[in-house]
Amino acid sequence: MTVTEQTMTELPRLLPSERDGKQVQDLRAHLARHGRLPYRERQGTLIHDIEAAGLTGRGGAAFPVHQKLAAVYEAADRRRRTPVVIANGAESEPASDKDATLLWLAPHLVLDGLQLAAEAVGADTAILCTHIDRGNDVGRRLRNAVAEREAATLDRVPVQLAEAPPRFLSGQETALINHLAGGPSIPTFIPPRPTERGHAGNPTLVQNAETLAHLALIARRGPRWFRAVGTRDEPGSMLATIRRADGQPRITEVPLGMPLRDLLGEVRPDQGVLLGGYHGTWISGQQAATLTLDNASLAKAGARVGAGIVITLPADRCGLVETANVVRYLALESAGQCGPCLNGLPRIAAAFAQIASGRYHPRTRADVERWCGLVTGRGACHHPDGTARLVRSALVTFAAEADRHARGRCTEANTGANTKPFLPIPKTAARTEDDWT
Amino acid sequence: MAEKLLVNPIDCEGHGACAELLPELITMDEWGYPIVDPRPIPPGLERHVRAAVSACPTQAQRLLRETPPHRKG
Amino acid sequence: MLEIVSGINSSTWMWYASRSTGVVLLVLLTLVMLLGLLVTRQGRLPGLPKFAVTGLHRNLSLLAVAFVLVHVLTAVFDGYVRIPLTAAVIPLTSPYERLWLGLGAVAFDLMLAAIVTSLLRRHLSRRLWRGVHLLVYVSWPIAWVHSVFSSKDLRHGPLLVLAIACALAVVAGVIWRLASAARDVPRAERVSLVFGALHRTAAK
Repeated sequence: MTVTEQTMTELPRLLPSERDGKQVQDLRAHLARHGRLPYRERQGTLIHDIEAAGLTGRGGAAFPVHQKLAAVYEAADRRRRTPVVIANGAESEPASDKDATLLWLAPHLVLDGLQLAAEAVGADTAILCTHIDRGNDVGRRLRNAVAEREAATLDRVPVQLAEAPPRFLSGQETALINHLAGGPSIPTFIPPRPTERGHAGNPTLVQNAETLAHLALIARRGPRWFRAVGTRDEPGSMLATIRRADGQPRITEVPLGMPLRDLLGEVRPDQGVLLGGYHGTWISGQQAATLTLDNASLAKAGARVGAGIVITLPADRCGLVETANVVRYLALESAGQCGPCLNGLPRIAAAFAQIASGRYHPRTRADVERWCGLVTGRGACHHPDGTARLVRSALVTFAAEADRHARGRCTEANTGANTKPFLPIPKTAARTEDDWT
Repeated sequence: MAEKLLVNPIDCEGHGACAELLPELITMDEWGYPIVDPRPIPPGLERHVRAAVSACPTQAQRLLRETPPHRKG
Repeated sequence: MLEIVSGINSSTWMWYASRSTGVVLLVLLTLVMLLGLLVTRQGRLPGLPKFAVTGLHRNLSLLAVAFVLVHVLTAVFDGYVRIPLTAAVIPLTSPYERLWLGLGAVAFDLMLAAIVTSLLRRHLSRRLWRGVHLLVYVSWPIAWVHSVFSSKDLRHGPLLVLAIACALAVVAGVIWRLASAARDVPRAERVSLVFGALHRTAAK
């Protein structure tokens, strides 16, 4: 077998396989497939295995998981407080669907990971947070899963289920903690970091749902098994949300380091490819053909894996128009707490809308570039940074298109048939404080 | 001992007293919000830095003893 | 024995000093309150640099502490009436005007707490500092009552006008501060406001 073929037979790890008939995994099926939940009976020991495995966060930031676990463990010891672990299934990125899919198809993996993480840091509180607005009734599925585990006395730390409001910032770590404390879903200033002082003032571990699923398998199969797929520096598999021309999201579990060619299929050189979601980067099809799905490779194009979202723009769509819709959405989703973001993002959005609609003032592109520089790194969270990244990459990747727009033309001239945005934009915009709580 | 100046953008209301007292490290952007030099504070400016921190009506300026932790997003 | 016959002597001088520093303190602390209200709204004093608001608020409050020390020490050591030194900070320990001087001690205690916590601000939690500082809204009226009732000075003539003017100024300041805050755009609506303003500028 070739390496690729061997890799592909290892997968999927998280999602139900063909053999399982891609069925939802209830507790019995879950235990039959993966084996029993391997508690370590001692705090801290799991952390070494996670370090050896090289697991990084699958929520977008790719932060080394063992470092977070160790930070919480150490802070709890030093401050003599009991930690809290939170499984982040908020998935507030509209283009992403992988956490919702994972929680729907394999909730017990995430719940296993939650218990093991809780044991590793000595937590007595475990919370699983999901997003209110999702299509399937994930809440009910999770309640059933938790009930199954209670009946089997599987969980040592009782699991609380919580929901976050449908805001883009809901999944941000400090915003999530703020919401769980009864406040609005808006970020708080760091310092202090959540690992130091988070939920109810306790050291808090916030980990993406998919990350915890990987953790649950590493605890069973060991670090070497985890490293059997992926690259040396970025090991393991990940869930990717792929959106191609037909617009339907497909969730697939892929090894890190997989060529984008294999993931996307046929891509024209001048086709736009969005990597990493709405805080991600636009690249060209030509660039995509040479890159692999890992940060080391994508960095060459100024992109990052993020939460594993890969979108190819259909031929009949204008990248600038699509981006303008997204940027407007991102601006409306600003928490409005920090001056640069509050002032900069609406201006960037309005100017970008002008570029997208055609015949704009020559100074507009320079203004947008300046505002992007002004907002980056000057908020309490990375929302302005991510928005600026998306905008700048669009102006680079669609530069030729922007020039055409300046002359009043558009390559993908709106035929009138495509009035619905290709990139999904949630409808509800926040109007009052209640929308944030 | 390396010290850095950090502004809490949530508390900051763009008053501007800080920039008046510490133009060496703080400039105002086109919307009236401070752009703070992220490098360690040069020796000799400590008194002015403390004055700038003290003069903020919302106490948004913070002095950190060590490298500010990377913001999570 | 009282030495009234010979007119002004050292004891009378100190008694007058205590009363006059009291009047100065009433004005000083009124200014400190008004400046404090201005700080909470990030306001400016016309013609002065922005840092002057917090700077003046701070420096005048420290000056007020110095004046309180003179105000108290001259009252204690003048010999005209018996006031123990402890009466400055412990209420109701002065045989002379027990209640009104007691209020002065309360006002001073609260004022000291606000100032000391402000000087140590870096080492205290935000909530603690703010909680103690809010006590000045209690301290100031108590100080005002102490001023008006400790001696007959402020109860007639120009000094009565002054006392009432100070009270009106602080009340007006508090009302302005509350009204101004009520007009603030709620955070959740700020972004819409910016968008709206941009559309209006673009439409022109």
